[in-house]
Amino acid sequence: MLLRARRKRVGERALQLGFFLCGALSLLTTFGIVAVLIFETVEFFAEVSLLEFLTDTQWTPLFAQKHFGILPLLSGTFLTSAIAILVAMPVGLVCAIYLSEFAPEPVRRMTKPVLEVLAGIPTVVYGYFALLFVTPLLQTFVPSLSGFNALAPGMVMGIMIIPLISSLSEDAMYAVPQSLREAAHALGASRLQVALRVVVPAAFSGIAAAFLLAVSRAIGETMIVAIAAGQQPRLTLNPLVPVETMTAYIVQVSLGDTPTGTLEYRTIFAVGTMLFFSTLILNLFSRSLRERIRERYE
Amino acid sequence: MRPQAAALYRMLTLRHWTERLFKIAAVATLVIVLATLAALLLDAVIDGAGRLSWQFLTSFPSRKPEEAGILAALVGTTYLMILTAVVAVPVGVGAAIYLEEYAKKGWFSRVVEVNIANLAGVPSIIYGLLGLELFVRAMGLDRSLLAGALTMALLVLPIIIIAGREALRAVPPSIREASYALGASRWQTIRYQVLSLAFPGILTGSILALSRAIGEAAPLITMGALTYIAFLPDGLLAPFTVLPIQIFNWVSRPQKGFFAAAAAGIIVLLVVLLLMNALAVYLRQRYQRRLYL
Repeated sequence: MLLRARRKRVGERALQLGFFLCGALSLLTTFGIVAVLIFETVEFFAEVSLLEFLTDTQWTPLFAQKHFGILPLLSGTFLTSAIAILVAMPVGLVCAIYLSEFAPEPVRRMTKPVLEVLAGIPTVVYGYFALLFVTPLLQTFVPSLSGFNALAPGMVMGIMIIPLISSLSEDAMYAVPQSLREAAHALGASRLQVALRVVVPAAFSGIAAAFLLAVSRAIGETMIVAIAAGQQPRLTLNPLVPVETMTAYIVQVSLGDTPTGTLEYRTIFAVGTMLFFSTLILNLFSRSLRERIRERYE
Repeated sequence: MRPQAAALYRMLTLRHWTERLFKIAAVATLVIVLATLAALLLDAVIDGAGRLSWQFLTSFPSRKPEEAGILAALVGTTYLMILTAVVAVPVGVGAAIYLEEYAKKGWFSRVVEVNIANLAGVPSIIYGLLGLELFVRAMGLDRSLLAGALTMALLVLPIIIIAGREALRAVPPSIREASYALGASRWQTIRYQVLSLAFPGILTGSILALSRAIGEAAPLITMGALTYIAFLPDGLLAPFTVLPIQIFNWVSRPQKGFFAAAAAGIIVLLVVLLLMNALAVYLRQRYQRRLYL
């Protein structure tokens, strides 16, 4: 009897340890990502100077005449992300304000899941749409638009990000206490005035958090830009010409057969490090903003 | 008195119309967004419907656009998802059980929690770099199905953990207390009470997490999955391809003929996604009904 109880206790301990290890695996994943990126990036910078990486205006690691300036990739990433945010932020915010402050309950209940569908569509599908539907459509208005460009994938990426912005902003607005709205109404404010001058400012940190997360998502988005933005690293802010983003470059190298251990191979880790830390900072910042709003109102 | 009343009246009318205008603009915005969604789906269906056939589903890719088929990608996606689920679901649920049922609210569980939230926000292509270095090179798995599945498992793990924790949290504490009161141990309580109640939630969460992974191409391309495969994977260490990679490959060909194949591939991918989501909804409803009998 005692022996059985003891065996049972040992089993319980073993299970607990097993579950603990499952939890610890997530820490190991982060550790693995950072270790892999840092290791290869250090090797990369043994051959390329940090100054060249940050200031050279050309990125041509796959050509005979090699240049390792990340600026063209950064400008490509910035351009497509900025276009995406310009589309997604106003549309997402208007949707959020309408759904949170104006829409009748049935409309709200029906619209939310449909918007979620936008977020669930695979990104290759968006890429196809950007390349073969949006670009030709835009070319009828802007004849100088080339077949690969930053504009179409940027806009399509914006559509993909709308649900993220609208649902996070709506959550933030929903968390604003009803008493604030009632006070404003009592002072004679209209619904629109309450929405724009009371609810939106009160939910500002939540909206800012949604913005940061959207930027992070746009920077890390890969397939849309790999398909529709072209693969020509170019230091430009012109949305009509082909550009290359950091993510698209990683895809380009991965598709070729670059031998492992070469400098070309290491460039994707150097670019990956840049990508990882920029999104990490945005994510952490966004999270701290969301926690602040939770502390204030709960 | 009268001019003031007129001014007030004007202001109220203006206010009324601005509000009207905002509502109309907002509804128009929503309609435009939904119309874009419809255009996107219709565009693919119109381009690809003519190409969709039994031959398309049962052929290997080809250099000739009209003969190209999606068999290798369809089978590859199926194998990859099963393998990913086998690896990721037990580990994810285990981690969720640890965090919800065992972990004391201390710095460690706090660190794990923040870490999981951050992992969920890491761009998927970064997981591809991790898989490339860790599974493909360091563990010598090459560009195999197993390496792909392990990479995907790491990618979906945070989502499964988050869904699992929500499902476990939804089980009322009174159930656990009743079980302890009857003399059950911690594990017995978890296994016979908590898990059986949380099961539908965990199942739906896992299926939804996998349906996210099914559309991912970037991490698999980065870890080196092939884009042209004219055979079926015959083991864990065989090379493979998946639907989104096959679609990407066809979209990036210069010949126009492949675009129709890509659109047909998109239809197949969307149907698979739809089926998985429907399954998740069905399972949730079915099990929930049984539980509350």
